[in-house]
Amino acid sequence: MRFRFTDAAIDTETARRELLDRGAGGYVSFEGWVRDHNEGQEVTRLEYEAFQSLALKEGDRILAEALQRFPIKHALCIHRVGSLDLTDMAVWVGVSAAHRGEAFDACRFIIDEVKHRVPIWKKEHYRSGDSGWVNCEHCAAAPRHAHGHDHAHEPLEHSVLPE
Amino acid sequence: MSSRTAPVYGLILAGGASSRMRRDKAVLIYQGRNQLDRAFELVKRHVADVFVSVRGGQMTEPTRAQKPLIVDSVEGGGPIVGIRSALAAYPDVAWLVVACDLPFLSDTALEQLLGERDPRALATAYTSAHDGLPEPLCAIWEPAAAAALAAYQSNGGQCPRKFLSAHSVLLLEPRDRHALDNVNTPEEYQQAMDALDSSAPANSMQLTIQYFALMREQAGRSEETLETSAATPAELFSELNARYGFTLPREQLKVAVNSEFADWSRRLSAGDAVVFIPPVAGG
Repeated sequence: MRFRFTDAAIDTETARRELLDRGAGGYVSFEGWVRDHNEGQEVTRLEYEAFQSLALKEGDRILAEALQRFPIKHALCIHRVGSLDLTDMAVWVGVSAAHRGEAFDACRFIIDEVKHRVPIWKKEHYRSGDSGWVNCEHCAAAPRHAHGHDHAHEPLEHSVLPE
Repeated sequence: MSSRTAPVYGLILAGGASSRMRRDKAVLIYQGRNQLDRAFELVKRHVADVFVSVRGGQMTEPTRAQKPLIVDSVEGGGPIVGIRSALAAYPDVAWLVVACDLPFLSDTALEQLLGERDPRALATAYTSAHDGLPEPLCAIWEPAAAAALAAYQSNGGQCPRKFLSAHSVLLLEPRDRHALDNVNTPEEYQQAMDALDSSAPANSMQLTIQYFALMREQAGRSEETLETSAATPAELFSELNARYGFTLPREQLKVAVNSEFADWSRRLSAGDAVVFIPPVAGG
């Protein structure tokens, strides 16, 4: 099972079926959505861009690490690229495991690592007409916070610093 | 310069006896090419017409035979005869004279000579980085030197260094201090080959750089192929940062070489594909 990109809507039904396993007692998924605000700015849409040849390798490494660290059956991550509107799904992670605890833990691990390690960038377009590359525009002025503030587009908030 | 300033042609001196080398210096190979071709192409980048100075018996030697030749027209041999023959063949031309045993000769050295040339002097030459004496065999010889050289030889003079020391010439300090390191012995040839081989990748190589996200917008392109002397990603970034003025400092970036994360101090090789990775924001 490989990390992959798509420039169309993520087909979660098909992806979920790849995780089915007779030994799995549960499945946890995470969807990252495009929300309408970030850091006090009103967001109207997002553009995602990836350095795909390296991103695919790094994404695969993260999935392999999850399978090594947690007693899970299968793990998968699909990231969308291109222009996305509000409520569109930007990323999907799915994990199947014998027990729910490991599935939750592995799913959380994968999305955290993907956000911090995989060369994917997003540009926010604001109601004001401005736009900006997330994590890039502010850090030039405040370098010590380069990776410290996480502009999550999903309910999960975390403060994992990249190595 | 006045309108009477003579145009400059190039003259590669390849008529030497190579007695200490015991081999023809013009055909010694450096970095896969013989020295005559290397010198010819180097000089050709700076002046429109380039000739090779040879003795009468060398006209059919294959490396020389393919080039425009100026054959010694006066007796005696030696570099002064080669220079005098060129001045006699084209009396209104100044000659950028380059010996065939200078494997480190550089664009920098020729640019400085041509840029700081004094056409009113008999010659514009460098002083040796080793002994401070004039270097006659990487120099511009003006048309007026023809008569003075003839007089010097008729009095028994054969040494172009002594000639320059005794006449009105402009002497320059070379900016490229190793450009005139010459090669006379088999040992020096081996050392020069080793030095050129070890510095070749750093001297100049072609790299591909891909840009993403903010870097792409600030570079104004997604990709470029670049001829660079940068030896590491860190040096390459400095070079490109000077050109594009990236807003992110290097400390904020990671770097990938050939689609894998890499150290900033890694040695780059010709053909490498480099990507500067701004802070990521997936999810």
